[in-house]
Amino acid sequence: MLLDIDDVTKTYPGADRPVLNGVRLRLDQGDTLALTGESGSGKSTLLHLAGALDRFDGGEITLDGTALSRLDDTGRARLRRRTVALVFQQFNLMPALTVDQNLAFHARLAGRADPAWIDRIRTRLGLDGLGARYPEALSGGQQQRVAIGRALAMRPRLLLADEPTGNLDEDTGAEVLSLMLDLVADTGAALFLVTHSDAIAARAARRLHLHHGRLT
Amino acid sequence: MTRAILLALLAHWRRHPGQALTLVAGLALATALWTAVQAINAEARASYAEANSLLQPARAGTLTAPTGAIPPRTYAALRRAGWQVSPVLEGRLDAGAARVTLLGVDALTYPALPVPDDTADAGNPADVLLPPGRLFADPDTAAALTRADLPPVVPASDMPAGVVLTDIAVADRLLEAGGRLSRILVATDQPAGRPLLSDIAPDLVYRPAEAQAGTEGLTRSFHLNLTAFGLLSFAVGLFIVHGTIGLAFEQRRAILRTLRALGVPARGLALAMFAELLAAGLLAGLAGVGLGYVIAAALLPGVAATLGGLYGADVAGSLALRPGWIAAGLGMALGGVVLAGAHVLWKARDLPVLALTGTEAWRLAGARGLRLQLAAGVALILAGWLAVWLFDGLLAGFACLGGLLLGSALLLAPLLAGLLRIGARLARRPVADWLWSDMRAQLPGLSLALMALLLALATNIGVGTMVSSFRLTFTDWLDRRLSADLYISTEDDSRTEALRQWLIPRAESVLPIRSAALRLGDRPGRVYGVIDDPIYRATWPMVRETPGLWERLSAGEGVIINEQLHFGAGIAPGDDLQLLPGWTLPVVGIYADYGNPDPQAITSLDTLLAHVPDLPDRQLAVRSADPPALAAALRDAFDLPADAIMPQAQIKTLSLGIFDRTFLITGALNLLTLGVAGFAILTSLLTLWTIRLPQLAPAWAMGITRARLAWLEILRAVALAALTALLALPLGLLLAWTLLSVINVEAFGWRLPMYLFPLDWMRLLALALVAAALAALIPALRLRRLPPADLVKVFANVR
Ligand SMILES: Nc1ncnc2c1ncn2[C@@H]1O[C@H](COP(=O)(O)OP(=O)(O)O)[C@@H](O)[C@H]1O
Ligand SMILES: [Mg+2]
Repeated sequence: MLLDIDDVTKTYPGADRPVLNGVRLRLDQGDTLALTGESGSGKSTLLHLAGALDRFDGGEITLDGTALSRLDDTGRARLRRRTVALVFQQFNLMPALTVDQNLAFHARLAGRADPAWIDRIRTRLGLDGLGARYPEALSGGQQQRVAIGRALAMRPRLLLADEPTGNLDEDTGAEVLSLMLDLVADTGAALFLVTHSDAIAARAARRLHLHHGRLT
Repeated sequence: MTRAILLALLAHWRRHPGQALTLVAGLALATALWTAVQAINAEARASYAEANSLLQPARAGTLTAPTGAIPPRTYAALRRAGWQVSPVLEGRLDAGAARVTLLGVDALTYPALPVPDDTADAGNPADVLLPPGRLFADPDTAAALTRADLPPVVPASDMPAGVVLTDIAVADRLLEAGGRLSRILVATDQPAGRPLLSDIAPDLVYRPAEAQAGTEGLTRSFHLNLTAFGLLSFAVGLFIVHGTIGLAFEQRRAILRTLRALGVPARGLALAMFAELLAAGLLAGLAGVGLGYVIAAALLPGVAATLGGLYGADVAGSLALRPGWIAAGLGMALGGVVLAGAHVLWKARDLPVLALTGTEAWRLAGARGLRLQLAAGVALILAGWLAVWLFDGLLAGFACLGGLLLGSALLLAPLLAGLLRIGARLARRPVADWLWSDMRAQLPGLSLALMALLLALATNIGVGTMVSSFRLTFTDWLDRRLSADLYISTEDDSRTEALRQWLIPRAESVLPIRSAALRLGDRPGRVYGVIDDPIYRATWPMVRETPGLWERLSAGEGVIINEQLHFGAGIAPGDDLQLLPGWTLPVVGIYADYGNPDPQAITSLDTLLAHVPDLPDRQLAVRSADPPALAAALRDAFDLPADAIMPQAQIKTLSLGIFDRTFLITGALNLLTLGVAGFAILTSLLTLWTIRLPQLAPAWAMGITRARLAWLEILRAVALAALTALLALPLGLLLAWTLLSVINVEAFGWRLPMYLFPLDWMRLLALALVAAALAALIPALRLRRLPPADLVKVFANVR
């Protein structure tokens, strides 16, 4: 079992209702899972909890055999560095680094930078020739692909993607998703992705819906 | 409408009192620094002017005798011939609790009598003239007049400190002068048809009113130093004001955007912010003036020592609040607000409803800006050097300094960008890689603060090097100049002769110290006559010599001159120097004579006596194997007063003490500047905070802990400060060189050798790094404690 989310609740400080209220979910090696839900239903929140970014109030999340509630800052940082990779809705590239540096950054932090592998990813993502540019000189679609490349370059065991196609037109979105599914299959990781689009969700092996803090 | 906007803007301050505090503190600190320097400057200027006008009435020339004393009959002859003259007798007087300068004047003809504080005190004007007479002194000095046999004292605050004025008859009695005069003042307006001065008093030297500017010139140069420092602090102050206002704007970006979205016109917003900034400027300006006053008052004893020690002028050790510098301080705060706020307000005017996030905007401005800065910086430095090359004088020197400083400030960002690029290339680990690149990305936002730091550091190194070089040179010079073991002064020539006869068999050598006041190179100066003694060859601080110098000197065939005469009159070895009409000698060498504003020359005593027969003989320099024993024996044999024998060590301590106090103030102001620059870094970091979080959050998400990120933030600030310090070092040395060999020659008339003080640099570097670390500490701690939810917010859907 790679990811086990067990009866997790989360309430943001100052909010009157919990965002997540007894969420249960399991994900195995090689699984692909699509999460849908209305805007503001807590999809990103759940993804961030699974990625060991934020703390939860109740229940337990076990990632790669480690219970997250028992980890301190350093332990959670180590998990983020080595086990999970996130693709953010807003890409969140490192503005001070070039495309090439961004692509390799997480992998180097994880101690797993493999130039040949990164070259392959760059080519498949159509980023050849853009390596020396800075993120602000790229289009939204290009930035999105760098963000995906950065996540895949470190060969995560769990890839979390928050509306990875939300900023792309339909065709490009479909193409980027194909790439992600291919690369996930290549590396044997698990994919947990959030999306609005039924078409995208339909291509994942499993599909869940978040509503009023619960999964259906 | 305007009211509503203002209320909305003000509500922000109420919710974030810390930010309001930074704004006011930044403005106040800048104003305080500027005000302090101005206050010190104004006070020193005023005191000096006061002293000068009383001691040397501006509208009068003076007559002095080369021998030091003018017989009363000369004065009587002048009056009889119809000259409008006024006699002055001056001397040191043991007044009981202190020694003071007693100035005896003729109350009827003296042009600048003091005004008693309380006219009732003055009593009948005739009391001043009739026995026992009256003494005029400022209240502090009056308190020290405790000797029982002194006439009643009238407090007069316009008297300079340490000087007591009285009628000349009273002074004659107290000083036991026997009718002789120290000098005679000559009014500028004289009745027509009088005989020539040179006919009535041929052996007196006449100095017209303008020619007395010697000490004034020196003081002016001291003021110039202060003014230069004031300008620098103004520049540093502007940097801070700019940073603080930028911060105030950045922190309220959200609320401004909301107001714009609600339909508030950009112009109304800009106006409201402008009104608000002016109010803040006024408030902070007042606070800053108050703070500056406190700083100035704390530094003022140092200022008084500086002026007194260097130029022999007493400055009242207290500070009066002057409307002039209050206005200047407020002007600085408001002007700074307008200047620095203009560009920020421009941004507010154009603020799009959806603005670019910070970094992109910074970087777009960056690349082109760097090239422009590089060009402008080089141009400014070249223009400064061109000014020195084309024009002479202090102004050109200062233009050069200004060009150097401003140009280097502009060069800073491009140079740092280059250094950081090299660093990034050398980095191997991913975090190091990011650190270097990120510093480069941060540069545009931090460059203003780093410029402030560069200027502060360079000025520190520059002024510090100048002062330390001065001190070292001066110590060495003292060692050489005060090479005898005992210095003895007497009251009259026959006593000196008796002492000489007694000393010759008992001491290794006995040297006379005799001089005449002569005009040298068109300025009043002094010529010393020396006897041939090996000690001079061994120790006299020569700057330039010609072969056979001492032989020619003792043969009466040459003269050596001090640097002031060399630079002032453009006379060099090989030239002829006229000492008296009909007496000209070739210059055979130049010697160092620091601290003395006037021209000076040395020739053989025999030659000097041949031309000026009546040289007073009142001082002896004695070399001995056992100076304390000799001094004791001398005291027993002649019943000498305590201060008649000056051991060399004591003179040196005294001189060095005065000299060290002289530059006290420079150190204090330097520290202040550095603190202010540290504050500039802090405000810049706080300004960058809002755009910083989106840059740091991804690194955190990829597994770098907040604690590590916080450390990296400090490391970054320290590294940037260190690199800036690295660039500040050559700039500071260049600055020192300019001060020592351009400004100093123009202002003081001597060129100083430059010494390097690596230990001082180390200490300064450490200080700068500590300032940067402290400045980064607050944002770093904030980052360290930031809840993960706040970092996660960066990745949430909402922008
Ligand atoms: N870091 C945060 N702090 C406080 N409230 C948050 C934070 N992130 C999200 N929220 C709130 O939690 C709810 C769920 O947000 P989110 O998980 O982003 O929803 P979704 O991704 O499904 O649109 C929203 O009401 C949002 O305002
Ligand atoms: Mg979301």
